[in-house]
Amino acid sequence: MELILALLIGVLYASGIYMMLRRSLVKLIVGIILLGNAVNLLIFLLGRITKGEPPIIPGDSDVFLQAYTDPLPQALILTAIVISFGLQSFAIVLVKRAHKMVKADDLDEMNTTDAES
Amino acid sequence: MNENIIFYPILVQMAFAILLMFLWMRVEWQKWVSIIGSVLNLVVASSLFAIILREGTTSVQAGGWEAPFGISFVADALGVTMVLLTAIVGLAVSIYSGVSVNRARLKFGYFPILHLLLLGLNGAFLTGDIFNLYVWFEIIIISSFVLLTIGGEKAQLEGAVKYFTLNFLASMIFLTAIAVLYGLTGSLNMADLVAKMAAVENRTLVQVNALLFLIGFGIKSALFPLYFWLPASYHTAPSAVAAIFGGLLTKVGVYAIIRMFTLIFEVDSLIQIVLLSTAVLTFFSGAIGSLVQNNIRKIFSYLIICHIGYMIAGVGMMTQVALAGAIFYLIHDIVVKTNLFLMTGLIYKMKGTHSMRKLGDLYAEYPLLSLLFAIPLFSLVGIPPLSGFWPKLSLIEAGFDTESYWIIGAILFSSLLTLYIVVKFWSEVFWKPGEQLPNIKHFRYFRKLKKRHKWRLVAPVVFLSLISLYIGFGAESVMELSNRISDELMDPQHYIEAVLPST
Repeated sequence: MELILALLIGVLYASGIYMMLRRSLVKLIVGIILLGNAVNLLIFLLGRITKGEPPIIPGDSDVFLQAYTDPLPQALILTAIVISFGLQSFAIVLVKRAHKMVKADDLDEMNTTDAES
Repeated sequence: MNENIIFYPILVQMAFAILLMFLWMRVEWQKWVSIIGSVLNLVVASSLFAIILREGTTSVQAGGWEAPFGISFVADALGVTMVLLTAIVGLAVSIYSGVSVNRARLKFGYFPILHLLLLGLNGAFLTGDIFNLYVWFEIIIISSFVLLTIGGEKAQLEGAVKYFTLNFLASMIFLTAIAVLYGLTGSLNMADLVAKMAAVENRTLVQVNALLFLIGFGIKSALFPLYFWLPASYHTAPSAVAAIFGGLLTKVGVYAIIRMFTLIFEVDSLIQIVLLSTAVLTFFSGAIGSLVQNNIRKIFSYLIICHIGYMIAGVGMMTQVALAGAIFYLIHDIVVKTNLFLMTGLIYKMKGTHSMRKLGDLYAEYPLLSLLFAIPLFSLVGIPPLSGFWPKLSLIEAGFDTESYWIIGAILFSSLLTLYIVVKFWSEVFWKPGEQLPNIKHFRYFRKLKKRHKWRLVAPVVFLSLISLYIGFGAESVMELSNRISDELMDPQHYIEAVLPST
């Protein structure tokens, strides 16, 4: 399971970065989304995967009796998902507006900021 | 003492951001409420500053969850100094924005977002938890995206696409680094991480982790190969926004680098060589970029990059003197860079252009204001006894201590380049006979403004210039503060004891 997840995360990172490096604005958004998901999965994986052991202390005991799933990474991912969702929706609106202004789906056309003024 | 005072700078900004949202349609009210909020924040920040300097590092556990399980907020000398500087810059910008930012922008929630940005900055400087630091960073960048795009001009949107993409990438690298950190140690509390990180067997992974953090924060603080988003975006926003970005946003990255590499990671030979060589390359790429620009705001954008190098060089040498120099430079740079962008805003209001070639005659037309502008410009260069001189002295002293003579050479050479840029700027903009500029219709020229509006543009510049002068002439007290911060950073035991009292 860990190996499959690790490979998946690697593929997601690589394709996310690759898409961000393309010139097209739409591919930029796809890249941002893939990269965001890759990071969330990485946090999940590095919190160690333990199956079927909820982090609940049994009623007749004061401590955990066996290995348990670490709940913290999941809380972290929840926060990170919400944040990256917000950022991605902002990105989509921003790119739409920029596309309307520049009238091209090409980052190379966006060179007003480098122009002499 | 009530520890909860640590939360007050955060709470004040949050309360005012919410209050300003309720006044969404009443722009005139917003201007005054924002100034009241900033004054209140300055009062809170300076009392927090005074208390923490008297009582030493203090922490408070959010929700009463004990460290390292809950989120800790820690106020140490570095944190409260940064909060105080944020409050000073926040006040200057909020007075200035009321007149300089145009009404269309103010209507779309400029002031609430400005206070949310300040909220994020205060939070980032006071948190003692690394994931919480990520969340504050996100609050900062989301607010900065809105401030950058508000108004929706073509150049703004294009700049924002670049700014967004690279800052998003930086956040993702930062988050990746946090994931690896958590995988290695199982903790996120910075004080707890000191011992846990030192105990990790796999040193190679620790080094990779340190470099991941360095790249993440390096993009945010515009280090050498990672700075391209900055000159592409800062000059597109209104001057008030550029002022707060130029003053504070890159410095949060530097603050985070200082925190990480004094507390959690040690600066070993690899990291040292990376830090020092990026610092030197940052000097040169910033200074040379600045030399060839014609737009006055781009000149200062590149100078931001150039001067980040000094702080990184200080962190790279990692002696007590070097860190004190870096901290002093940080204090000086925040005030001066904000002031310079406010100044470019004023020049634009006087002449209606940002082009250095077309500008001129400013000294003949506004002699008193020109003398005022000379203060931040020459503080930036560091002509003794103005504020930029003292930190460079410490940095050069540290260079001799660590026998890194090439750093000394680079510092001196980049100071010389800065001097050249400032002198060129001065003679082009203030002394040269200017071109006859076309009169722009419906443009609110400075000379046409009402007297009280003029004052609200000039007062922040005067305020920040006075602080710059204080940093220069009262260098002894600022140096004392920097030395104290640097002592605390070199010996993290205070910090750990304040957060985890049991050990």
